Amino acid sequence: MSDHHAEPADAWSEPEAVAQHAPAAGQGGVTPADAADAARLVSFGLQPKLLPARDAEYADLLRRYREEPAFARLADAVATGLGLIVLEVSPRAGMAVTASEDSVFAVRMGDYARRAATDSADRFLHGLAHLAVAAMAFPRPEDLADDGYIGRITVNGVEAFVRQACRRLEERAEEQGENTDPATDAPGLEAAWRVYHRRSSTGVTKDARRLAGSTTGIIGKAVAFLTDSGFLQRTGDEGGGSYRTTARYQLQVRDMAGSAAMAELLDLGVVPVGDGTATLLPPEGEDAELVADAGLPFHG
Amino acid sequence: MTSPASTEPVPPQLSAGPRPAQGPAADEGLARRLRALACTAPLHDLDVRKANLAGEYSTYAMAEVALAAIDLVTLNMDFDTGADHEQVLARLLPRVAAQAPRRPAAEHERVARWVLENLINVGSVDRGFRAVYGTFGADGAYVRRDYDFKLLEEVPGYGGSVYLRTTDEAVNVLVGALDTDVTSAQIAAEVKLEVLISRGRLADAQLAAEQARYRTVQYAETLRKTLEATRRNVRAVDWLSGVPDMIDEALDHVADRYRHENAILTNIRKARDEADDQEHKRRAAELVDIVKDCIRRHTQLQSRLLEAGPLFRAEQDRQAFAQPAARSGLDLYGQLLAPLLPLPVEQATRATDAFFAHGAGLRTPASVRVGDLVELLLTPPVEREHLGAEMPEPDLIATPDDSRFSEEQLAAATELLTLEYDAPRRLSGLLAEARRRAPGTELPYLVALLAVHAASPPVGTAYRQGEERLLFAVDDGTELDDPEFGGADLILGTALLDAAGMAADRTDPV
Repeated sequence: MSDHHAEPADAWSEPEAVAQHAPAAGQGGVTPADAADAARLVSFGLQPKLLPARDAEYADLLRRYREEPAFARLADAVATGLGLIVLEVSPRAGMAVTASEDSVFAVRMGDYARRAATDSADRFLHGLAHLAVAAMAFPRPEDLADDGYIGRITVNGVEAFVRQACRRLEERAEEQGENTDPATDAPGLEAAWRVYHRRSSTGVTKDARRLAGSTTGIIGKAVAFLTDSGFLQRTGDEGGGSYRTTARYQLQVRDMAGSAAMAELLDLGVVPVGDGTATLLPPEGEDAELVADAGLPFHG
Repeated sequence: MTSPASTEPVPPQLSAGPRPAQGPAADEGLARRLRALACTAPLHDLDVRKANLAGEYSTYAMAEVALAAIDLVTLNMDFDTGADHEQVLARLLPRVAAQAPRRPAAEHERVARWVLENLINVGSVDRGFRAVYGTFGADGAYVRRDYDFKLLEEVPGYGGSVYLRTTDEAVNVLVGALDTDVTSAQIAAEVKLEVLISRGRLADAQLAAEQARYRTVQYAETLRKTLEATRRNVRAVDWLSGVPDMIDEALDHVADRYRHENAILTNIRKARDEADDQEHKRRAAELVDIVKDCIRRHTQLQSRLLEAGPLFRAEQDRQAFAQPAARSGLDLYGQLLAPLLPLPVEQATRATDAFFAHGAGLRTPASVRVGDLVELLLTPPVEREHLGAEMPEPDLIATPDDSRFSEEQLAAATELLTLEYDAPRRLSGLLAEARRRAPGTELPYLVALLAVHAASPPVGTAYRQGEERLLFAVDDGTELDDPEFGGADLILGTALLDAAGMAADRTDPV
């Protein structure tokens, strides 16, 4: 948010809000000051790295949202009008909002990675990187459901994890005697794992930088982007960069991304069977392969 | 590719088409061989393309350099990392230089670098190669397929560095044994080695030993991958029997190989020591090195295997005793990632796109006012303080020299204790001389201290450093009669160490 947006809001709200918000909420009438406060709260929500615990004004507005239903409705309306979806409003996550699909705040793949706009393999890999980061951050269904869970990932860990899953698919295809080499004139029919599998995991460019098009580079980009979105926090440099998840990320994955991707899969006729529990028992037979890599990321 | 001759009596050129392939099974073998053939193509390609390079490079045998590079990377591949890029280049240079000794060294390096970069295929985004071949499908339709492979791949090492590893394809091309089982091939190689040595055919034995080493490396690589997977697979892995069986098997294998290789080592050592022919001696010595390297790799493998058990139990504890979740969520891996990977990429992209669109969060679009922009552009940049804040002058306090003995005293004591090898002296005599030299100082204490130290001389260190003399002290039971010191009246002497003999021994610690 630019300062120009914030300043008028301040000018409106500061002197009057204290005096007026109580009667306004009580009577159900909305004053311009209330609207300014609601918009201010939404603007806080648009700064995902800002923590309510670190900003007294943010914390005050959050309390007001939770205590005054009328103010809450007003803030929700402001968010909706801006093309935002409110995921949760709580002291831990703050005003967690996310962009709806056609909002000005939405992130588009073409802006995210230039190559992804033209190259279908790159497009897939960038999307897969985001999914893999989430899958490693919340390896068990319980972890995604548990509000207190904090996931920890490293860039190299995510890379190795996906590569391993792909290798298993390769081994399985080999066992079944399948020829997985794609037909030359139909690249879109190539199995997804092969696209990842044949991309090199890392590399050095001639000017001694990391290769951005490698899978490590692509995952590193995803993780850096998620950190900017306030979804991850960098905790160290080991394993190519280690990160922990924030409450917002969990909400975003649980309530938005997971279900959206799931809907697409169902639409494609792929019905992933899950009984909702991650069993610690060794699975039987062929199914073992499917969940074989669903283990927790290994810490330390 | 030739199609098998038709057995039909009709003239083949007029027939509507006898079935060109004998079915998928025959075709599969052909496909496998085509892929194997494709793996060698990048090497041939190097020799073809060298003509296009700016300069006269036809004297260099590029395929040879490439094979040598793959050799070097394979042999320098460790369990954890891979081979270092620059190191491989440095070791490759002598061979390149030998091919064209009159050319400048810079050109040799260029050639080596060019070969290595082409083996990685730096130009392509996948950093791999692609070959196109055709097969007949089950319905008899001819399909052209892409075969993607790599020869050298870049893998991440510690601290963000990048290492090189040879791929299985490359190892197979190199060893020349396509589609063979790792375990059995290794056993075969070792049996062959033993037979060869017992018959005294060392030239062949070296070849077999090298093959055994390639196999060992390949085996270690296979197990490394498996263990890596095992680490993540806590939940889904069959820890009751599957994993322990696997580990037991691998441990058995290591023990077996270890026994085998030690036996071979003893045999070759004997062969080396008994050989009269200098050439045989040299070859046997090389063989010793190779087998030692094999043993080192096996030991490394074994320690990894032993770590696997505790690692599992720790993870198992962490999860099995965790609180059961109140509600269940989406299994991101099991329900999204795993089902998505086998899909055709076109369809999978729909799901990943959806995940990205809803999972990447939001970005606030940047908007500027023209007024701000003009002001921003016209503002002169803030002068940066290049040197930073001024450092306060550090307040240094000289620490008092609290050593008990001075340098001069040490020199005097050392001089006193520099004894001729054939004239040992008693401690009492040395103490008396020390008192005479520097009466009233601490010199006798220092002499006594050094003498006591010499009672347990650092033989190992002196041995390693190749020193020729070593001070030692022996207690023969005589008591020390001294006003200041008590204990044994040690006999101090100098031992002459056989430095040359030691150097010879060092190469062969038994």
